[in-house]
Order: sequence, then structure tokens, then C-alpha cells
Amino acid sequence: MAELKTEEMILNMGPQHPSTHGVLRLELVMNGEIIEDVKPHIGYLHRCFEKHAEAMTYPQVIPYCDRMDYLASISNEFGYAIAVEKLMGIEVPERVEYIRVIMAELQRVASHLVAIGTNGLDIGAFTPFLYCFIDRERILEIFEITCGARLLYNYIWIGGVSRDIPEDFQKKVKDFVKYFRPRIKDLNNLLSYNKIFIDRTANIGVLPPDVAINAGASGPTLRGSGVKFDLRKDDPYSIYDKFDYDIPVGEGEKGTVGDCWDRYMVRVYEMEESLKIIEQAIDNIPEGDVLSAVPKRVRPQEGEIYFRTETPRGELGYYIISDGTVNPKRVKARSPAFCNLSLISQISQGAMIADIVAIIGSLDIVLGEIDR
Amino acid sequence: MGILNKLDSKVEQFESGNIIITSADKLLNWARLSSMWQMSFGLACCAIEMMATAASHYDLDRFGIIPRPSPRQSDVIIISGTVTLKMATRVKKLYDQMPDPKYVLSMGSCSNCGGPYWEHGYHVLKGVDRIIPVDVYIPGCPPRPEALLEGLIHLQEKIRSQSIAKKVS
Ligand code: SF4
Repeated sequence: MAELKTEEMILNMGPQHPSTHGVLRLELVMNGEIIEDVKPHIGYLHRCFEKHAEAMTYPQVIPYCDRMDYLASISNEFGYAIAVEKLMGIEVPERVEYIRVIMAELQRVASHLVAIGTNGLDIGAFTPFLYCFIDRERILEIFEITCGARLLYNYIWIGGVSRDIPEDFQKKVKDFVKYFRPRIKDLNNLLSYNKIFIDRTANIGVLPPDVAINAGASGPTLRGSGVKFDLRKDDPYSIYDKFDYDIPVGEGEKGTVGDCWDRYMVRVYEMEESLKIIEQAIDNIPEGDVLSAVPKRVRPQEGEIYFRTETPRGELGYYIISDGTVNPKRVKARSPAFCNLSLISQISQGAMIADIVAIIGSLDIVLGEIDR
Repeated sequence: MGILNKLDSKVEQFESGNIIITSADKLLNWARLSSMWQMSFGLACCAIEMMATAASHYDLDRFGIIPRPSPRQSDVIIISGTVTLKMATRVKKLYDQMPDPKYVLSMGSCSNCGGPYWEHGYHVLKGVDRIIPVDVYIPGCPPRPEALLEGLIHLQEKIRSQSIAKKVS
């Protein structure tokens, strides 16, 4: 039978769509059920981060860093704080470093829980989403007793943290680690090794490692393709070199290396590694004053710096230019989700239309960070 | 009789059969406020708190509020986050697509007035009430889930006092 010819059709997905993780618009060029091309349209959440950074003083920029990647606020302010500290030559006390690392790793678990839950939710698994959120709620409780906020913390300050950890912090964190280990097993039984879930994600949206590297992908998206690159190990900052943990990579367990399932599974493994770091750090927090190194006036000398950290989404870099005043001259953020999203057209060509939600879910984008 | 309790005053029930008498207003309002279907529409950080409210810990379902993906099936739109100028026209379009009666809840400082982006946000709409009418404002950045729940309860109170009859002025 001769090939049936179909008309090319353009389908708009978003900006209001439950599976686009915010306000993203995708222009899908379809051939029947098959995707021929995807054009992401962004800018629906452009909140002028750079303009604000120019107008604010250095410490005032921190809340805006929070609001960039609102699922991982601590990780965002972490990077910014270290960059400014490097610019000013501040040495932070050991206690602060430990607190920061514990908080950042807890944040990584919380962020991955949302990524995993919504990835399942998008392709029809509702129950794991509820499980993930109840666990995340426990982490938020720890954040709340520490800094008073549930989502946007303004906790990591330049030179320190805004307040010391409460008395029962260590016990609460330990309880959480103990509670959460078996929950990962439950999650695996519920979702990761679920036949339907594997069918929907394995061999879908395969991202070859060379393409990922060329596009500047980072984080679980890059590691899902089997590239062992994590800034915590490869360019250690803070005190990450003191701990013993692994960098999980995708191995093509259920399909091809770099498919949606691999990217998903890297996040699950990473949660376990984060628990390891937390366990090693929690008992060794040294005594000290968390506010001792916080400068009264943040006014770096002229200069510039680029500093990158590993957030749950990948390599987040801050490029700061200082002209010697209290306001930064320029703060540019290099957003990991932006680079990861740019891959979407290449990895979804030839997929079915229903697979696009699985692909978006596995990339784990946050629009606040893409548009800034 | 759960229904009768909720309709509370001015309900008459006859001894035999399932006949009850109440006013049309009471019945309609009761039906509307007990199944406010919300449009699942997230904009920014506040949407994460909205998701947390809808998920297991705070459980929005117990108020009869469930997310609907389409504006044509929903009664309430929660503007959860920063409305940028590019998004504003889309928000207006979504609102226009909803069937009457429709309600708007503005969640968080951003959609109330521009929030942290009020001064230098050249691309941020300074308050969603510039494009669509808002019923309840919830302050906070982000509002806690409890605050969102209270906002929804306030909206229910508002619906309870509606009337289909035109007021004589
Ligand atoms: S009010 Fe605050 S939390 Fe809500 S969208 Fe605006 S910046 Fe984000």
C-alpha cells in the first residue's frame, strides 16, 4: 500500500496546560500522531531578575534568587551567597558550612520529590504524587522551624545564615532520614518499577550523551545520559569534598541510556545519596556563631566573578560584576533548566504526542528559572 | 440529613415523602458553594503552595474543590502567582472562557498588587484586578496553605449571600 500522506498540523500546547509545569507554550508540528518538531515559547514568567539585581543592594537580591527556582530556593541562594563571599573574600565559619549543606541537601530531596510526583501525575499516576507531597511536607516542617518559611526562605545570607538552627533540629532531621529511607522503597514499588510507568517512559525521549553535552545540559538530565558530571564532586565548593557519596548515572536499565526512565531514576538515586550526606553531616556540626562573619555593609571592591553550584536542576551559575558600590552592576544567572529545555525539540522528534508530557516531566523544568 | 443541616434556616420538610421546601436562592447557593471546581492553573511560586494545598496534607477535596484542567468546566480561577504582561492577555482569555457564575481568587502579593516586583518589574502586571474582577484577595508571599483555605472559605461565605433576584434600587 502506498504511504498515506497526511497534512502537517500545528498544535498549541499551553500556556495553560496542566502538564507544562507552569506557563510554557509549546508549538508542536504534528504529522498525524507523530511529533515532527517542537518549538518552545517562553517569556510568560519573565520577572525581570536582572533589572531587580541592579536596583537592589547585595543582600536584597537574595529573595529574588529564591523566587527564580521556587522549588529549590535554598540551592539558589547558596550559589549567590558563595559568589558574593568570594568576591569580598569572606571566610564563613565551619558551622555555617555544615548547616548550609544540610539544608541544601534537604532541599534537593524536596525538589526531587516534586519532580518525581509530577512526572508520575502527568502520565496518569495520581497516588505517588500524594505520597511524594506528604513526604515533602515533612521536610518543609524542618525548614519552617529553622527559618520560619515554607517555600521561599531568605535563609542563607552573605557570610552566614539568618538564624541558628533550633535545639531539636538534629533530632528532627535524623527522624526524617530514618522515616524516609523505607519510603523510597515504597516509591519504587509504586511508581519506578511499575509496568505501566516503565512502558510510558523507557525508550522515550532518548538523549544521547554528546547531544546533551553540546547543548550544555546539566544535572539529572545530563547524568541520565550516563555522563558522570556533578559540580559537587568535579568542582567542589563549600564542604562537599568532606563527604562520601556517589554520583548516580543512567544505565539504560529498562531501555536505552538517556531515556525518560533513566532521567527519572537518577533523581530517585540522588535522593538516597543526599540522605547519605545529611547523615554524615548532621552529627558533626561544630559549635560557633552563625552570624559572626556576616558583614555590616556589603560592598565588594571592583571586580567580577562567575561561580557555579549544583542545584537539583543542574549547574546554576552567577556572573556578578561589582563597580565598588553597594549595588551590583550586573548579576547574570546561568539557568540549568533553560539549557535543558532547549533540548526538547531534538529529543521529542518522532515521539507520539502523548509522550511529550513524559518528556517535559523528565526534564523537570521550572519556568521561574527559565524566564527569570 | 446532611443537606438539610447545610441549608439551615427556612427549610420545611413534610412528614411523608422526600419533599422539602426552601428558597431558590438557598438551594442554588448551597449547590454552588459546595462544589467549587477550581481551574488547575499555576503561574509561579504560589502555584506550588496551591499544589501543596490540593495534595495529601491539606486535602482540598474535603471542601468539594477539585482541580479541572479546562476553563469550561471550572467555577473558580485561582490566580496563583505573578501575572506578566505577556501572560495577562491569556489570563483574560481564560477568564472569558469560563461559564457563569465564575469567581476569581487572587492568591499572593504578586497577583494582588505586583508584590516584590512592584517597583522595578517592567514586565509584571501590577495587580490582576486591572484585567479581571477579583472576589477574594489572599495576602502573603507565598500565602500559607491555611491562608488559601481561609480565602476559599471566605469565597463560600460570599456565595452564600448571593441572590438571583435583581436588587431593587
Ligand atoms: S506572591 Fe511571592 S510567592 Fe507568590 S508568586 Fe509572587 S513572588 Fe511568588
